[in-house]
Amino acid sequence: MEIKHGAMAGTLESSDIMVTILPNPDGIQIDLTSSVEQYYGDSIRATMHRTLEALGVSSARIEAVDHGALDCTIQARLTTAVRRASREEVAK
Amino acid sequence: MRRSMLFIPSNNPNMIVNGGVLGADSLIFDLEDAVSPDEKDAARDLLQHALEAVDFGKCEIIVRINGLDTPYWEEDLRAILPMKPDAVMPPKVCDAAYIQTLDEKLTELETEFSLEQGRTKIIALLETAVGVENAYAVAAASPRMAALFLGAEDLTADLRCQRTKEGGEIQYARGRVVCGARAAGIEAYDTPFTDVQDLEGLERDASYAKSLGFTGKACISPAHVSTVNRIFSPSQADIAYAKDVFAAIAEAKRQGKGAIALRGKMIDAPIVQRARLVLEAASEIEGVDYLA
Repeated sequence: MEIKHGAMAGTLESSDIMVTILPNPDGIQIDLTSSVEQYYGDSIRATMHRTLEALGVSSARIEAVDHGALDCTIQARLTTAVRRASREEVAK
Repeated sequence: MRRSMLFIPSNNPNMIVNGGVLGADSLIFDLEDAVSPDEKDAARDLLQHALEAVDFGKCEIIVRINGLDTPYWEEDLRAILPMKPDAVMPPKVCDAAYIQTLDEKLTELETEFSLEQGRTKIIALLETAVGVENAYAVAAASPRMAALFLGAEDLTADLRCQRTKEGGEIQYARGRVVCGARAAGIEAYDTPFTDVQDLEGLERDASYAKSLGFTGKACISPAHVSTVNRIFSPSQADIAYAKDVFAAIAEAKRQGKGAIALRGKMIDAPIVQRARLVLEAASEIEGVDYLA
């Protein structure tokens, strides 16, 4: 999927992750802020890379603020952000 | 066994992942009123991934989809059906045709996703005057129909009356929903008690619903689950009496007696049927086979 414009998904609530996705000409770039960075930062990034690959996204900049989201929540929020960003119209 | 059905907002990861440990027999993941229109896509994605990954233990999984008069319901079904929910709950069901339209769509998607035909049950939410009036027709509209569920908040708005804790305004609807469901051979579930703090009110409301014939009750707060489970479970006295009924039948058979009495009262078919239902429910709740 092509990232046509910026989009967001998720919240800053506990157990959630807020994902912002933007077009990026230079491959995948992930900027992660997480309350559990020390323990799970690498795992969260790996989940994001796998999810983007499964969605066919090869170029995007991701800004993510995590508050202890499980893998399934990370996958879901990133999926929603990618789908919103790949639509023709800019989400209001 | 479905005594308590707990509503969980489908766009709230914290509540979703904890759903399985809150004690409810069933979880109703809500894609309708709990999710704003611009978050429907996010809720669908979250619920889809959660149903695939999270272990909800013995909880039955129900998904409240958006109404058939909205642009969302078909996408809801397409997203969640591959996750094999036990049932879907359509809101504001008005008549048998509504259920038949949903049934046809479920059949089409079950075929597309190579799922067992008819595996997805329907629990119809009756929350309009016309829906309540058509209770039996809705209950009998499809083999997928598992239960009717009364929604009193929208109903009282439709009836143009105030919703009260005493519930006089929904007396007729409660009776009609129970009667419609039982006539079609399916279950009936009562509307949630909406004052989260008032546990005495909940006790009265749930006990009254049970006395009318409801199988269980929906909850909007985890704090209500244990009370609802207790009220809709057979009491120890119910279980003891039911066991005595079957003991008396066995003893009469041994003695070759036709008529059977217990505690001065004749045991007839309805008493045996009620005793059987009590022991079936107790067996399921306690994991003990009382009918062995």
